[in-house]
Amino acid sequence: MSALLVVLLTGVLTAIACALPGSFLMLRRLAMLSDAISHAILPGIVLGYFLAKGPNFALGLLGAASVAILTVGLIELLQDVSNVAGESAIGIVFPAMFALGVLTISRYYANVHLDTDAVLFGNIEFAPFESLWVGEHHLGPQSLWVTGGLALLNALFVGLLYKELQLATFDPALAATSGFSPRLLHYALMAVVAVTSVAAFTAVGSILVVAFMIVPAATAYLLTDDLRRMLVLAAGCGVASAVIGFVLALALDASVAGAMASASGLLFVTAALFSPSHGLLARARQLRRQRLEFATETLLLHLRYHETLPGEEHELEVAHLSNELRWTPRFAQRVIAHAQRSGLVQRTNGHLALTEAGRAVAEHLSARTGAGLERARA
Amino acid sequence: MAWLSLLADYTMRNVVLGSALLGAVSGALGCFAVLRRQGLLGDTLAHAALPGIALAYLLTGQRALPVLLAGAALSGWLGTAALIYLSRATRIKEDSALGIVLSVSFAVGVVLLTFINRQPQARAVGLERFLLGQAAALTADQVELMALLSAGVLIVLVLGYKEFALLAFDAPFAASLGWNTTALSLLLTTLIVITVVVGLQAVGVVLMASLLIAPAVAARQWTDRLHLMVWLAAAFGAISGVMGAWLSASDRGIPTGPVVVLVLSAITVVSLVVRRVRAWLARRAAKGEAER
Repeated sequence: MSALLVVLLTGVLTAIACALPGSFLMLRRLAMLSDAISHAILPGIVLGYFLAKGPNFALGLLGAASVAILTVGLIELLQDVSNVAGESAIGIVFPAMFALGVLTISRYYANVHLDTDAVLFGNIEFAPFESLWVGEHHLGPQSLWVTGGLALLNALFVGLLYKELQLATFDPALAATSGFSPRLLHYALMAVVAVTSVAAFTAVGSILVVAFMIVPAATAYLLTDDLRRMLVLAAGCGVASAVIGFVLALALDASVAGAMASASGLLFVTAALFSPSHGLLARARQLRRQRLEFATETLLLHLRYHETLPGEEHELEVAHLSNELRWTPRFAQRVIAHAQRSGLVQRTNGHLALTEAGRAVAEHLSARTGAGLERARA
Repeated sequence: MAWLSLLADYTMRNVVLGSALLGAVSGALGCFAVLRRQGLLGDTLAHAALPGIALAYLLTGQRALPVLLAGAALSGWLGTAALIYLSRATRIKEDSALGIVLSVSFAVGVVLLTFINRQPQARAVGLERFLLGQAAALTADQVELMALLSAGVLIVLVLGYKEFALLAFDAPFAASLGWNTTALSLLLTTLIVITVVVGLQAVGVVLMASLLIAPAVAARQWTDRLHLMVWLAAAFGAISGVMGAWLSASDRGIPTGPVVVLVLSAITVVSLVVRRVRAWLARRAAKGEAER
């Protein structure tokens, strides 16, 4: 298999593995926990290195995973026993752990294969060169086995516990009464996040893990309200980021992990702007339409009130509206045009009059607001 | 006096002064961030500053500290703006917004850094020092710049103390008094941006969060009064700055930032334990009183 393809595939598999637990982290408002875990596991990796007296994947994974669980426990302990708010507890625990890791590395392992750059940026570029051997058999690049296994494991976790995860995320109180422990599920999710962070992090570095956990999930969250669809979309966005980032990194000759994470940011910004349901543009358009509709209703009520009173024909003049309703002339024109288009109002030499349809709508509105006022007074 | 002779050493004096100053300012300012539940803002900000540093170098070709810091401040500030806008204008929650801005801007920074490093003429620009910090490499004019910026932050903090205090404890009340709370919180955020940027080269991007949060949390365990908390946090910050610089100077292989953070963490743990013990003693005394 070509070396470049291995790098790309490692990225793609990591994206899938991270997006699934990441979606639940994001929905449960624990996004920053992934940042904390990915930094805090450094001393665990050093511990594994120390115990194995050299680079050893299994011991490193074990050490890091146990430190990750310890970190989550410490953060929750801090929140429970003290007056420390959630995010402050996170901000105390993970820098301390990371500092411990950096210190041990620079003190004892300054010249070995464990430099801090690799921790932050990852060594996805080297993925093709570390092979997995079982006895005499060469099984191909280790990173593919690790990230592939991880993606499969996480898909199984989410697939088997889908209903439970969904309930515990959206209605923890109901979940607690339905006979399973949301707390246990929470720790299971934390364990999955920890193992994913650790294994992915040896392949791609801590930044990419954090980015792949949160950013594609958030992108999917902007595109749909359906949890199943969101999980699929999150994985899809992750894969797309990996591919785009890979191409970008080749073009710029820059860090592959960094480029993949940047690409996920690019996709997120695109979704935040252009999502048809929750994008900023869609919301602005919706707001504009609602404003126009409300103004049209105001216009109808205004016309209905004044058309019945004698001697107030001037109230029906177009020019008068901007004064009376405090609309700018341009906005007044827009509202009138909208009302005319909808067939609610007609315009004859500078005067406005309700059409039959317009009067019917106005009667209905007035009855509704009248009833509302009655109720408010009572 | 052994420690006085340390101060006589040129490099050592810079490192000790710089770290103490940084610890004091971020400790004092961190109180307001923690009370407003914005503890992790500093973390995100520090990461968001990275692309600014790289871009400032790429655009100007200079590696002078003021240029790099200006870039860092600008992109840190933009990151905060993006953060606030995301959590207000879209359905993205605040913690996700923090994570998104943090990871994406850091990734962009890393892409730019690796891009710079692969340019032939720019092998040893040394921008990596901002990742983990290198207090040991602080020079006198860098400490001077740090002192200047920190003094500015402290002056604004003292002048606006009453306003910031009300903002931290009861922002709606502050708004009902007719204060412009948006402008106030923007000012407070700007102070945090400056502090983070000043701290970057001393303790680095990753550990900056701790310098804002830990002193404030430790101080909170000793008192319920804000001004005492601010003084204590500043003292804790300064002490750990000095201790960190001193401990790491005893051995060249140890970076300053992690040591500062570990000292700070130790202070925090002791403070938390002491508070628990005091609470337990008070409960026991009250119980004894009731039985008598």
